[in-house]
Amino acid sequence: MQFLADNFDLLWDAFLTTLSLSLLAGLLALVLGTLLAAARVSPIPPLRGLASFYVETFRNTPLTVVFFFLIFGLPQIDFILGFYTGAVLSLGLYTAAFVCEAVRSGINSVSTGQAEASRAIGLTFGQSLREVVLPQAFRTVVPPLGNVFIAMVKNSSIAAGFATSELSSLLPRLVNADAGQLTAVLLGVVIAYMIITLPLAFGVHRLERRVAILR
Amino acid sequence: MRTTRYAASLAALGLMLAACGGSEAGNQAEDAADSNVEVQEEVDFEAGTTMAELAEAGSMTVGTKFDQPGFGLLNPNTETPEGFDVEIAKLIAAELGIAPEDIEWTETVSANREPFLQNGQVDMVVATYTINDARKELIDFAGPYYEAGQDIMVAAGNPEGIEGPEDLAGKNVCSVEGSTPAQNIRDNYPEATLTLFDVYSKCADALANGQVDAVTTDNVILTGLVAGSDGAFELVGNPFTEEPYGIGVPKGDDEFRAFINDTLEEAYESGAWADAWDRTAGAISGQEAPEPPAVDRY
Repeated sequence: MQFLADNFDLLWDAFLTTLSLSLLAGLLALVLGTLLAAARVSPIPPLRGLASFYVETFRNTPLTVVFFFLIFGLPQIDFILGFYTGAVLSLGLYTAAFVCEAVRSGINSVSTGQAEASRAIGLTFGQSLREVVLPQAFRTVVPPLGNVFIAMVKNSSIAAGFATSELSSLLPRLVNADAGQLTAVLLGVVIAYMIITLPLAFGVHRLERRVAILR
Repeated sequence: MRTTRYAASLAALGLMLAACGGSEAGNQAEDAADSNVEVQEEVDFEAGTTMAELAEAGSMTVGTKFDQPGFGLLNPNTETPEGFDVEIAKLIAAELGIAPEDIEWTETVSANREPFLQNGQVDMVVATYTINDARKELIDFAGPYYEAGQDIMVAAGNPEGIEGPEDLAGKNVCSVEGSTPAQNIRDNYPEATLTLFDVYSKCADALANGQVDAVTTDNVILTGLVAGSDGAFELVGNPFTEEPYGIGVPKGDDEFRAFINDTLEEAYESGAWADAWDRTAGAISGQEAPEPPAVDRY
């Protein structure tokens, strides 16, 4: 444990990197995922097709390949992203596909009568989605969205292999400094991840109870 | 409709993969596998020693790298590694009466070499393993059997004019997280910007893309990358550290260590060491076998 205390600065920096990476990617995924879900239920066929194409592409591609594409593929057509930006985009674009599917399942759980009623009183598609359908949809998808975001925090460890010095990149670094401390380093990194994921899980649980709809 | 959608997804994935095909690490010399070590027919060791145990078992487990051209690179056709480290391990096994095909190869990466030795998962480690005092606390080293040095690789023509580590100030230099060369840059050349991946092949991709200005690690590793780059990279050729490569054995097994040291010295004299170099790392770099380093019997 002394070893971890000696390297607290490194742990703290790496923790902040993982945290900021998760927050930015999570925000991107939430916004883009919701827009995609709206597109997938929209009345415009090309929009539906495009959103389905996006979801099927990203959901069925290993995250490492997405990272490879953004970090090493794009520069070959002279489009160079910073390594951190590349990591945020990879993680966010990938997770958006899962957010989309979770939100869409929520939208489908809202009875069609609600959408029909809101259209009948003259709301546009966008208005009925914003004012009537999505608020109810989000309430039902809090637990699956929580799962998606917890998985995303752990997925952020892939950025270690792509030049972002986040928590799991500390493993090889500190083990090289002192191989005898392997167990302590592993433990420290796991605890640091839990400091992000456990409150996230707890918050999701609280939110779920607060917004639950009594049907 | 559904079919077209999936076909389109697949096509997109294909594009991604095509874009990612970067530089492959240097191909192993073809004759590297043609080992000609003479396996000892009759061996006799004092009972109770590691040598007696291994000779009795007729097989041994060796940890080596699987991703380092010239030193230890897995040949996907034979599913065995090839390289200088591998040949050194075969020489030692031969003295124990163990034929090359009876060696079980285990991939070791930088982070798991000590635990593998401590837990007895491997009998010895020959894996571009730099001897240092921190590691000697946990395990023991025979050798050194080779002396490498940290060097720098740049794009062909050296557009940034990098001649040594001092020139890295303000430049973006690539290495692998958890490696000694990366730590050396952090400690001694803090004005360089470090970009750290998990494997060196990504550094080569980043250098080819112009995302980094240079790659730094042990010269033997860089030599393999230069050889595989079709002239896209070049070595600065100005080693600025000394990295004696040793053979890791479990802590306190002094008899086994002395035995390996004896074997190495015999291989120096018989020419087997130089021959192993010529067929592996030397065949890739085109360099003559250097003078072998003196074994350190600490």
